[in-house]
Parts: sequence; C-alpha cells; structure tokens
Amino acid sequence: MRATTSAEIRAKGLNRERWNAFLRKYAIVLIFLGMVVLLSILSDAFLAPRNLVNVVRQISVMGLLAIGVTMVIITTGIDLSLGSVLALAAVVAASLAQRSDWREVKYPGLDVPLIVPIVAALAIGLLCGTINGSLVAKFKIPPFIATLGMMTVARGFALIYSDRPISGLKDSYNFIGQGELLQIFPVAGQRPLGIPIPVLILAAAAIAAHVMLTSTRFGRYIYAIGGNEQAARISGVNIDRVKISVYALSGLLAGLAGLVLSSRIGSGQPGLAVGYELDAIAAAVIGGTSLSGGIGTIWGTIVGALIIGVLNNGLDLLNVSAYWQTIVKGSIIVIAVIIDTRKNR
Amino acid sequence: MDRDVILVMEHISKSFPGVKALDDVRLTVRRGTVHALMGENGAGKSTLMKVLVGMYTPDSGSILFQGQPVTIDKPETALNLGISMIHQELSPVPYMTVAENIFLGREPVGKFGLIDKRKMIADTRALLERLDINLDPSALMRDLSVANTQMVEIAKAISYDATLIIMDEPTSAITEREVAHLFQLIRGLKERGVAIIYITHKMDEVFEIADEITVLRDGRHVATVPASQVDRNSLIAMMVGRELTNIFPKEEAPIGEVVLSVRNLCRNGVVKDVSFDVRRGEILGIAGLMGSGRTEVIETIFGIKKADSGEIRIKGQKVQINSPADAIAHGMALLTEDRKRTGIMGVLPVRDNMMIASLETYSLAGFLNKRLINETCEREKRRLDIKTPSMEQLIKFLSGGNQQKVLVSRWLLTAPDILILDEPTRGIDVGAKSEIHRLMCKLAQEGKAIVMISSELPEILGMSDRVLVMHEGRVGGEFVRAEATQENIMRAATGQWQPSQDTAASAA
Repeated sequence: MRATTSAEIRAKGLNRERWNAFLRKYAIVLIFLGMVVLLSILSDAFLAPRNLVNVVRQISVMGLLAIGVTMVIITTGIDLSLGSVLALAAVVAASLAQRSDWREVKYPGLDVPLIVPIVAALAIGLLCGTINGSLVAKFKIPPFIATLGMMTVARGFALIYSDRPISGLKDSYNFIGQGELLQIFPVAGQRPLGIPIPVLILAAAAIAAHVMLTSTRFGRYIYAIGGNEQAARISGVNIDRVKISVYALSGLLAGLAGLVLSSRIGSGQPGLAVGYELDAIAAAVIGGTSLSGGIGTIWGTIVGALIIGVLNNGLDLLNVSAYWQTIVKGSIIVIAVIIDTRKNR
Repeated sequence: MDRDVILVMEHISKSFPGVKALDDVRLTVRRGTVHALMGENGAGKSTLMKVLVGMYTPDSGSILFQGQPVTIDKPETALNLGISMIHQELSPVPYMTVAENIFLGREPVGKFGLIDKRKMIADTRALLERLDINLDPSALMRDLSVANTQMVEIAKAISYDATLIIMDEPTSAITEREVAHLFQLIRGLKERGVAIIYITHKMDEVFEIADEITVLRDGRHVATVPASQVDRNSLIAMMVGRELTNIFPKEEAPIGEVVLSVRNLCRNGVVKDVSFDVRRGEILGIAGLMGSGRTEVIETIFGIKKADSGEIRIKGQKVQINSPADAIAHGMALLTEDRKRTGIMGVLPVRDNMMIASLETYSLAGFLNKRLINETCEREKRRLDIKTPSMEQLIKFLSGGNQQKVLVSRWLLTAPDILILDEPTRGIDVGAKSEIHRLMCKLAQEGKAIVMISSELPEILGMSDRVLVMHEGRVGGEFVRAEATQENIMRAATGQWQPSQDTAASAA
C-alpha cells in the first residue's frame, strides 16, 4: 500500500516536472495565443484576414533583422548596426532601380536588370557585417562598440549617398515588397487574398536559419561559442571564422531587409529603419534568446516578432496612443528578460 | 616558550560536499613568532586560514584569541580583532591609487563626510616610509609590477595594526631582493610582538624565518615542531607520509616508440626549457606544486598559448602548433583542469558537449549526420556509463563525475594518439574516479600515449609509468616508476632534488 502511494507521489512529481518543462519551453507561445484571444475579443477588426496578413507583413522587415541578431546574440554578441545597414542597402539598391523617365534620377540613362540592385543590397549588407565580425573577432573590440560604430558610419554613408528619398522605382522592383503570391484565399466582396512576398522571404530566411542552426556543423559551433568560448576553442573550433561569418550573415539579412523595405514603400530613404535593431533584439529576447549566450531558437524569435507585431497592431486598433505603445512595449521587453534570467538561474 | 600564546585553534573541522577539508585540526601560535604552516596541495592550510579570518564557518571547533574565546563569522570581525591576511591571490582595485587601495573601506573622513585625500596620502606615505617601501602613494595599482602589488598588500595588512598577520605564500610573485626585504619587515614585526602565520612551500624560507612549524596532511594535524629541531627530509616525510589509501587499477601496457617529444620549450618566464618524451602505451605523470608550471606547459603544447621557443615532434615529425585545432589535427586531445571554465558548455545539451570536437567526422558537407550522432552518443553513454536522463539534458545538471565522463568521451571521439589529462579526477566522487583510472589503463593498452597532470601524489604514484616533476617552470626531476617515491617527488617539487645527489636519474 505504502509502495503504491510513494509511486503515485513520484508520478505526480514527474508530471509536475514535465508540466513545468512544457511551460518553460512554450510559455512564450501561450502568451502569444493569449494575446490573440484577448485582442479578438476586444476588437472586431483584429481577426479580419486582411488585418492578420498586415500584421505579418509589418513584421517581415524586423523579423529578418531579428533572425540575424538571434544568431549574433547566441554567440554572446550584439548587433546594433542593423537599422543603419538596412538604410544604406536600401538607398543604394533604390538608386539602381529607378525608372529612367523619373524626374529626379540618380544615374541618368542607367537601366540595369533587376538582379543588379538585389545583388548590390545583399553585397552591402554582407560587407558591413563582415567588417563588424572582423572588428569583433580579430581586433577583439566588444561587439557593442564595434556595431555601435558601424551603426553611425553606415547611417552617415547612407546620408552622403543621398540626402533625400530616392523614388520612382521600377514596378518590377516594387513587386518584391508589394506583390502577393498564391492569391487563393477568397475574401467576400474583394479580390482573393494572397501571401505577401516579404512574408515568403521571411519564412524562407527563417527556415534556412533554423536548419542551419540545428542541423549544420556551423550552427552547432555558434551555440558552442555562446555556451563556452574557451571550451569551444580548445575543442578545435575556429572561433574567429565562425564569429565573422555570423556577423556577416546578420549584415546580409539587413541588406535583404533593406531591399524588402525600400520596395514595399517604393523609395529608398537614408533615414529608414532608425531603431529597428532594438525591436529586432527585443523580438529575439522575448523569444527566449539569452543575452549570456548559448541559448536561442529561430522559432522563438519569430514568435517574439509576432508578439511585437500583434502588440503594435492591437494597440493601434484599440486607439492607444503611440506614446503609450512604446511604454507597453518597453515594459514587456524588460519582463521577458526577467523571466529569462530566472529561468536560467 | 614562556611567551604568551596569542591564538589557539582547537578541534577545527570543516566539510565540503564530498570532502572533509579539515578534521579535528589544532594550531597554537605565540606572540612575536613566525609560525610556518606546511603541507601538500589540498592539505587544508588555506581552508584553516579561511576559517580563522571568517571566510568559512567551521563545522565544529573553537578559537581562543588573546585568551578570549571568539566567534569569527565574517572577515570584518577578524580585522577588528587584529587578524589580517595577505591572500595568495592578489586582488587590487587596478584603477585606484596605492593609498586608496590601502585604505579601502576605512577611508579617513574629513569635513562634510568627504574623503580626506590629503590625510590618506600622508598616512600612506608614512606607512610606506616606515616599512621602507619605495612607492608613490598616488600611483595607480595597475601601473605597479606584480612584486610591488604584493608589497602594497603586505603594507595594507600591516596597516591594520594587526597583532596576527597571515601570509599565504607571500613570496610566490616577488624577487629574491624583495624576499630579503619582506623578511626584514617580518623580523621588525616580530620584535613588536606581532605573530605571523606563514604559509609556504619553499623549504629555504621556512628554515630562514620560521620559529615553529605545523604540518597538515589530508586535513589533519600531523605535527607541530620547533624549526630548529627538524631538517628538510623529516619535514618532507611529515608532509607526504601516508599510506596509499586508494587502490589504483594500474595495469602494465606494452610501451612502444616515442609519440610526443618536447624539446627546450619556453614561454614568457612560466615555462623554462622544458623537455620530455611520451611513448605509446605509456602514462606520464606530471607532478608539481600549485604554480609550478604544469598546466602552462600543457597549454603551450596544445597551442592555447604561444611558445617563445622550443620544438615539438609528433611521431618524429617536427610540427608547428598555433591553435588547439592544430593540436587536434595532429592527434592530441586535452582534458582541461577547470571543468567549468574551459570544459563544459553548461547551457548546452550533453549531446553537443560530447560531439563538439569531432563534428567534422560526423557531418557531410557541413550537415550533421544526426542518426550517426545519436547512435554514437548512446554508444558512448553505455561505454562510459554516463548517467543522464537523455542526451537533451543540459550538461550543467549532471554531477561532476558524469560531466567529466562526457568530456572524456568528447576527446575519445577525436580518436587521439596523445591524450593529455589535466587533473582528470579533481572534484569527482570515488566511484567515477576509479572508472576514469581504469579507462586510462585501457587506453594505454590500446596504444595511446597518456600525459596526466595531478596534484594528488597517490594518483601520480598509482597511475604513472614515469613521473615528471615541475618546479618553478622547469623540470625539477624525472623518475621511472620504481624510483618515484613520495619523498623523491616532494623533494623535486620543492627544488631540493639534484640528479648528482641521487642514485639514479632516468632522463631516457
């Protein structure tokens, strides 16, 4: 009799343990679902298909940055330059995609295929990221300082390149940010709803990053560096190479985000995306990425980005002032970090 | 022996999880004397002193200070009683001045509660002059040499007007001239009736400065004797004289050709002209006291730190090793001394910790072969009997012994020819310890060359085919198994062993 009781107690303990583990792992998803339920009760407009598509479209740019910064944070780094790199990539790409009949053309008579601005944006991102990575890995500059420098420098270059918006972009270019594919979701009284291309780009980037982090050697090295850099080095991991690659990838994603954002708004502006890197970092942290390194997932970051997106959208729908929105957002970030540090204690 | 007793510690015991660090230890110190505290690494000297200055609370025992029973529960209490300590690990505040460091926490306060800097500097200058230390009170600590930093710590300890000063290896970082200066200071303190507890490994110093000697071994009191009534050999015998309580499963393995050969290795004053060979099937033990350069030699060979000069040959081929990756590529593996700092990746699963050094073998075109990895992990788990609920478990939740087994398996998966194990059984329980010892024998029989650093003499004696003893960055002695006695090793570790004196040296 006694044996049964103690076994029962043990089973109960085990169940509670499992439940706690489940909560720890999926707490953020539950919070997200809770927000969705709450908002759909509070606002009729929230659950409308077009609104939901909008939410996802709006987070696509920040989501791209968040994927990059997640990888950087897992190595115990940080990347503050993302918004500026995005802007620099955006103005350069836009200048290569202008219609020749536009009244104010950066390069008169230039008419290059669509691939040129795309490659240019990605190359600029890659270059800036590689410089960040080299400063961190080779010159041992703290990531905060190295990328803070790049944040200022890249913004400066963007302004030098063009101190006013570059508009009049080709339709083919704007299609990247504005187009939809798979217009198969019927909406009463309107044209069928499709999936915005930026969302597809984000999904592709997220899947690629997830596979890279979980299923490649390089990905595991990223976690290893964050878990214990010295141990990773002694285990033969080429720390410098991995770090440079991680910052380079983060920059590349910022370049891609520049492409998406400039084509979505139909113009490249040097003042784009100021402070976006902070939203990206927030998304990563809300999604469970640990600033002390070694911990973080892409799906967590995407959920984090969705939470920020839903929060922005929901507060808009509820007519909460923009000022209050920033306060709510800031508080949520801090709370997420408190939960994170308690979890790892 | 009529002089007053200033300190009596009696029946002091202190346990840490898994270890009895102090077991019924006593210590009596007289006013105006230097009392040397001696013993091997881990004998309990530092623990006893930490009890005395209130950094540890003893499990049992009593302290009588100046005839009064006292309870010292925090460092502040000790300072107020007049007990100060110079720690072995210096901890200056680098961006503060000499004066600020000396008066840290008790700064003289002037008008409006502000620090009276002028008085602080004047007092410091007076103190330094009295002690004949030639330093500027306004100099920043970070600009001082290690030796001068040490002198400042000594001045600070004296400045508390302590009646009992504990010095934990105060000469480990200073030159001979400064040692002479320190001894002069100590004699001055003695004349003023200050008692000094002096911890050191250096025999010469003990016989020069100590009046009485207490020897600890394995957390127990061995003897307290006047310094004039012992000689070096009997002192060494007291420090090591114990039976081998652990039984080591040493099995003979056929010893083959030289696999790793190190010649004249030097690094920046911490590794001095070190040469040795390791053969296939052999276990080479490296002994030496703390700070003797054992770990530094290994770090240099493994490419963690860069050598200034010297030559490394592997299987006869001269090799250039600039990084751990190079070392691994040449068939070396290194289980580091500090499991937490340089071994485990705490927040990562057991699987990652096990596979990190051999992922190249287990991936194709950069993609992990997950099935093969999982099979390998399960196999290793069974082979080394690693106790973990799953491979997903974060390694920080495993016991020390199981963490160590994961790290051993990390290195075995790289299929090394040369296995370097730095304190392979430190801080793990007896069961896991003997499992690791058995594994070492098995690996030697499989033809691997094994280098084992250990602070535990019984482990060195029990496991090694040959013993290399380090002393102050040099090879202090080298013994084959038959000649490797506790006395010989201790003598070599304290720089007391000369090949010419002894019957046979194996420098083969």
